[in-house]
Amino acid sequence: MASQDTKKDEGRASRASIEFLKGFWKENPTLVMLLGMCPTLAVTTSAVNGLTMGLAVVFVLTCSSLIVSLVRNIVPSQVRIPVFVIIIATFVTMVDLFLKAFLLDLSKALGPFIPLIVVNCIILGRAEAFASKNKVWLSFLDAFGVSLGFTVTLVFLGGIREILGMRTFFGMQVLGNGFEPWIVMLLPPGAFITLGFLLGAKNSIDRKLAQKKNS
Amino acid sequence: MNNRVKMLLIMTLFACISGGVLSFVYLFSAPLIEANILEEQRNSIFLVVPGTRDYDEKAKDGVAYFECKDSSGTLIGYALPIEGNGYQGVIKLMAGLKPDLSELTGIKVLQQVETPGLGGRIGEKGFQEQFKGVKTEPAIGYVKNQAPEKDTDIQAITGATISSRSVVAILNKGIEKFRTVQ
Repeated sequence: MASQDTKKDEGRASRASIEFLKGFWKENPTLVMLLGMCPTLAVTTSAVNGLTMGLAVVFVLTCSSLIVSLVRNIVPSQVRIPVFVIIIATFVTMVDLFLKAFLLDLSKALGPFIPLIVVNCIILGRAEAFASKNKVWLSFLDAFGVSLGFTVTLVFLGGIREILGMRTFFGMQVLGNGFEPWIVMLLPPGAFITLGFLLGAKNSIDRKLAQKKNS
Repeated sequence: MNNRVKMLLIMTLFACISGGVLSFVYLFSAPLIEANILEEQRNSIFLVVPGTRDYDEKAKDGVAYFECKDSSGTLIGYALPIEGNGYQGVIKLMAGLKPDLSELTGIKVLQQVETPGLGGRIGEKGFQEQFKGVKTEPAIGYVKNQAPEKDTDIQAITGATISSRSVVAILNKGIEKFRTVQ
């Protein structure tokens, strides 16, 4: 993988946009890599919870990928994982303190899932698979793209569950009172069911696109 | 350099930087966080006993409470900070009571870790407002899926009976204890 650095001259701009955009669809952390399932399933009871969780991950992943990429050449490979975890935990604690100090209500709603970002496999996964082997700029784009893809998916998932489970979207009522809320959507099974449909939808769109290309 | 020494040095270095950065962040956020919690408790006193202009912090036989007074200094009720177990963890709340303890004037959930979207909705206004004017004697109760008929009852949140029941139980227990020290 070290050869990625040497190939930098050919198509630098396109490489950068590829690394940034892949997180949204082709390598979407939730829908393709199926990473970070714990926060994905647990906090997406409403769109705003999904958004806050996503933004916390954007901050943590982008910052820790930057630092990991910066120090990749001075950290001995035997201790790289503990060092990465220290870096990640530092940023997670910062987010946690920030939310408690400025956004107490959201911090309460997300409960233990903010501190648990430390063990979110997306973060360590990107640090290990990408940032520890690539230049700072590319690592930044990769982390930013992947975490934004995560955020979009979480808002989508949270939005669907909130609309069907509470008739609201970002707290505003969108379905009439005649619609009986599906309580199950707010419960853990609702998370699995919605995620299953999203995975199915993504795969069927991919298949249709592939068919179009071939025909 | 010996690789083993390098490993140790690098890890120590990172741990120290991390510790330093976090102490710095904590230094700034700790007073804000503490102020948030205090502010919330303070605000909740005015909320649960409407009309309060001033309050005195009191404690009797290990029960802490607040005496709420209106602008002329007359006692108009008590605010009682109480806590107990919910479905997933401790629920802390502030209960407002009339001076004779016969009726709730309001409650405010200060801290809870119930399931978001279900039990977590005990933190919502709609649920808490139900307690306004509820009679405490002989005990507060709850009903499911219908509007309460008795003046001691509230309606439990659909799909979150345990959390709703916990709030009721915490209130009953706290008020009973408060009665014994009054």
